[in-house]
Amino acid sequence: MQPIRSAPIALLASVVCLSVACSGGEKRDAGSAPPPSTGVVIRITGSDTMVNLVQAWAENYKKKRPDVSVQVAGGGSGVGIAGLIDGILDLAASSREMEPAELERATQKHSGVKPKEYAVALDALSVYVHKDNPIDAMAIEDLAEIYGDKGKIDKWSQLGVKVPGCTSDTIVRVGRQNSSGTYVYFREAVLGRQREYKLGSIDQSGSKDVVALVGRTPCAIGYSGMAYATPEVKTVKLAKQKGQPPVAPSAATAMDKSYPLARALYFYSPGEPKPHVKEFLDWVLSPEGQKIVSDIGFVPVQAS
Amino acid sequence: MRRRFPHWVSRWFEPLIEWTIRLCGWSAIFFVFGILFFVFREAAPALAGGLNLTEFFTSPNWRPDSTIQPQFGILALLAGTASVTLLAMAIAVPGGLGAAIFVSEYCAPTTREGLKIVIEFLAAIPSVVWGFVGAIVLNPLIIEATGAPIGINILNGGIILALMSVPIIMSVGEDALRAVPDTYREAAVALGASRWQIVYKVLLPAAKNGLLAAVLLGVGRAVGETMAVLMATGHAVQIPHSLLDPVRTLTATIAAELGETVEGGLHYRVLFVIGSLLMIMTLAVNLTADLIVKGIRGRQDV
Repeated sequence: MQPIRSAPIALLASVVCLSVACSGGEKRDAGSAPPPSTGVVIRITGSDTMVNLVQAWAENYKKKRPDVSVQVAGGGSGVGIAGLIDGILDLAASSREMEPAELERATQKHSGVKPKEYAVALDALSVYVHKDNPIDAMAIEDLAEIYGDKGKIDKWSQLGVKVPGCTSDTIVRVGRQNSSGTYVYFREAVLGRQREYKLGSIDQSGSKDVVALVGRTPCAIGYSGMAYATPEVKTVKLAKQKGQPPVAPSAATAMDKSYPLARALYFYSPGEPKPHVKEFLDWVLSPEGQKIVSDIGFVPVQAS
Repeated sequence: MRRRFPHWVSRWFEPLIEWTIRLCGWSAIFFVFGILFFVFREAAPALAGGLNLTEFFTSPNWRPDSTIQPQFGILALLAGTASVTLLAMAIAVPGGLGAAIFVSEYCAPTTREGLKIVIEFLAAIPSVVWGFVGAIVLNPLIIEATGAPIGINILNGGIILALMSVPIIMSVGEDALRAVPDTYREAAVALGASRWQIVYKVLLPAAKNGLLAAVLLGVGRAVGETMAVLMATGHAVQIPHSLLDPVRTLTATIAAELGETVEGGLHYRVLFVIGSLLMIMTLAVNLTADLIVKGIRGRQDV
């Protein structure tokens, strides 16, 4: 019999070859956009919350200006802002404001030119639970005790509810990974600047993944943009403080800021935008562009 | 017979092909060292300063982007990788070796070929598809079967990784068993041994190095796997207390966080330190497997 002794080595070699080939291939994708050789390209990367919205803008803008190609990639607001600082983007999409340190780094990198901020839509960051969960409302303090470091709430019974299908009574915290602007916004708005997240939350890479996982898990609670609601989940009304009336996330409550987690969604450009980018931004803020915002499920910024 | 090519063709083309093939062989070495060099170079500044190595290995707090106080402790991530890998091996080693023994010793030749093709097909399924199976199919099943609060956890990741490692363990293990000379089997049969006695008393001891190599290659696969565990283990930074706790692995952390880091920042460098650590771990495992295989070869030639 002929022994095939070199199989492990051959296997190893092929794995090496494969991984080499793969890393070569991915390198190009990671740049998120090919060089603008023909026509005008606007490269937008960032917020996963906004990726559907920006994609819809890109598609509709193509009908209006076929010569301009808008290329959209997600990854999280942190990815967009890192790309803005590294200078590989025309616009960074972000579901949070840039940190002062990030602004400073971007200004330094671009020889003293400060990034420009455009609020392009509003969102009521929603807290989702499984559709069978009887809980109706919560105060921000409760959320902070659930999600915050050394927080005291880890059972549904502590909130006075018994969740069908959740025999262990444990609250499963679903969150976003730390490149997410939503993750950063939620920490600031719920936990405050001086408190960390409790470790051990299930960190998902996308806004949609959070809602999908909550929909499949009776014990779970999660946070995500208002446009991602599905029939499998239900949104919880939030009160700014215990004793105050709880408010449901909606277009109206996001606009009048009565909803505690109402926030703006931003585009950042590295310095003054180029003419074709400026034209795109003007269109985004026009009634036509803002109509797409409500179609996707977010809230238009008030006409200014 | 007529020569198909004129003389000059073979004179010029043969060396050309020979050199191309030679280059292919050497390029693998070049790439391995190139990648090693790149990863270590990116990691080096963090090791030289800025990263507290005691905290790095002993703290379970991984908060790389905290605006209050960034913390780089990988203990929980190490525990995640170790627990998922151990569980996967606990399932895949008996499963893979059992499959290898069955395919090599018990099967009729036609069944053997069919089975091998199917089992090796498992190896061809992309890891993201495995992750999908873990997140969508296994998740509700585990919740229902165990009453766990969430089904993406060590158990889920372990099962998925086990299924991914079985084909490797099986095919390398089968090679090792088939490499045992038939004279051993014949001698055992002549002594009146039953089939299981042959396997247990003769083949397993004779092929033990090859089988160990099979297991180690499976371990290497499990430690290095990224996408499937990212989706199936829950991606939660914590030291697990039971099989039903979600965890996060070293590989998944790199995959999830590298994109947001600014090139040259401490977070970026620390991710490369983790990458170096993973590379050292898998290289050590693969090297051990290789040396063991060389060991058998040396002894059998005597």
